[in-house]
Amino acid sequence: MDDTTRLTSEQSIKLFIQRDYSEGTAVKFQERFPSELEGKIDRGKFIDIIRHINSIFEEAEALSCKTFTENCCACLTGYLLLLCMPTHYEKCVKRAARYISEENERTLNPKGIFMLDPMEKGLRCIEVCIVNNRR
Amino acid sequence: MSQYVESRHRVFCYGRCITGQNHSIFCLALLLITVTSSLFFVFDCPYLTKELSPLIPVFAAILFLSVICCILRTACTDPGILPRATPDELLYLERTDNTQTVALSGRVMELQMRSGHVLQLKFCQTCRLFRPPRVSHCSLCNACIANFDHHCPWVGNCVGLRNYRYFYLFLLSLSLLCTYIFVFNIVNIVLRSQNNSTVADAIRETPATMAEALICFFSIWSIIGLWSYHTYLICRSVTTNEDIKDTWATPHRGGNQINPFSRGNGLVNCFAALCGPLPPSFLNLRAFVKEENSIPMTITGTNNNNNTSDGIVGYFPEENGNYSNRVGNTSGIHSTQQQRYLPRDYA
Repeated sequence: MDDTTRLTSEQSIKLFIQRDYSEGTAVKFQERFPSELEGKIDRGKFIDIIRHINSIFEEAEALSCKTFTENCCACLTGYLLLLCMPTHYEKCVKRAARYISEENERTLNPKGIFMLDPMEKGLRCIEVCIVNNRR
Repeated sequence: MSQYVESRHRVFCYGRCITGQNHSIFCLALLLITVTSSLFFVFDCPYLTKELSPLIPVFAAILFLSVICCILRTACTDPGILPRATPDELLYLERTDNTQTVALSGRVMELQMRSGHVLQLKFCQTCRLFRPPRVSHCSLCNACIANFDHHCPWVGNCVGLRNYRYFYLFLLSLSLLCTYIFVFNIVNIVLRSQNNSTVADAIRETPATMAEALICFFSIWSIIGLWSYHTYLICRSVTTNEDIKDTWATPHRGGNQINPFSRGNGLVNCFAALCGPLPPSFLNLRAFVKEENSIPMTITGTNNNNNTSDGIVGYFPEENGNYSNRVGNTSGIHSTQQQRYLPRDYA
């Protein structure tokens, strides 16, 4: 009943793609196709977008020599280095935001779908808004 | 424009620092460290530099600076506060899982992990979200913290995902500083008593040395003890919270007792905890708060009873406590744009 009262001519439907914690606390979103998007966008395409976002975050959270050197240097400078340059994780987060805005422009917006950067929700979920024009 | 967080945290420096609410014990800790170190530099170092080596105050200064740096970093870094869920998220959660008749607050989400563990995710009433694994709600800070370790009154903040390594380095450097000061206090007294022939005379010459030695002696046990405990926890990849609750020790039906978050090797766990990648703060403390409709769509105002007069939509279970964090005025909010997320701008 809540839904019908909220639907107006310019109403949108918001859905949230939650995190997938089955492999631990690493940032990974559920690679599933929400039923509300049925007919609006190709299933495979949407899951590919989520998969790509997941791969960017996987790279951000990987334990590598690069992260080790970065953190050691930061520690030796009393963490003042972190004030001067963005960390590898921050660069990946920016990359994910850029990718999402590109995909929004290219694929999603023409179909009336808006995907929000998960960082604005504290990496808890990806918010997808479907513009529902009913006139 | 206004800057606020929905928990009991305080925000300083235009979003660059975020600390807990109560600072008195933190100020006491800073005072103790500064006073003891100053006494050491003023009363012991001149004599020791003359008798032994000028490097002694140099190393003491390095240790003191690293202690201060680490305690400030621990105190002022966002420990991993999870932002609260929006009303839309809640509605969606209730809609998608309508097989259960119990209200959201009574529900428990079962999570089947790839390792075979089955975790129970509880619903947090205050933050309005199902708590992810290793997340715990701190009642003192009134927020859910990622990888919650404990709330440390000595740093006036929670210790969680984003400031655990700074806390550990603070303990390490403080242990070293305490030991260093204590050892050189003893050396000072011994040297003076060799020159003067009695220990009592030497103590009468430098009473400050005895004061420092006493402070260091009484604090050394707890500091080194706490540091060793956290070294043990890091090697096992267990948080203090999980250790107290014995999360990974109780035999679970169908699950094994091994911690699923451990990487198997103690060294790799240390490496991951101290040098691993850190996400930026989940709170966008430097953005201007705008209405929830940042995309050109409108929310019909019928369900949003929590709309405040300046149009901010959010859950404020304890309005008076949360508004104490407000900085600046709230006029002109409708005309401000939401600043895009800028990762380098905050700690």
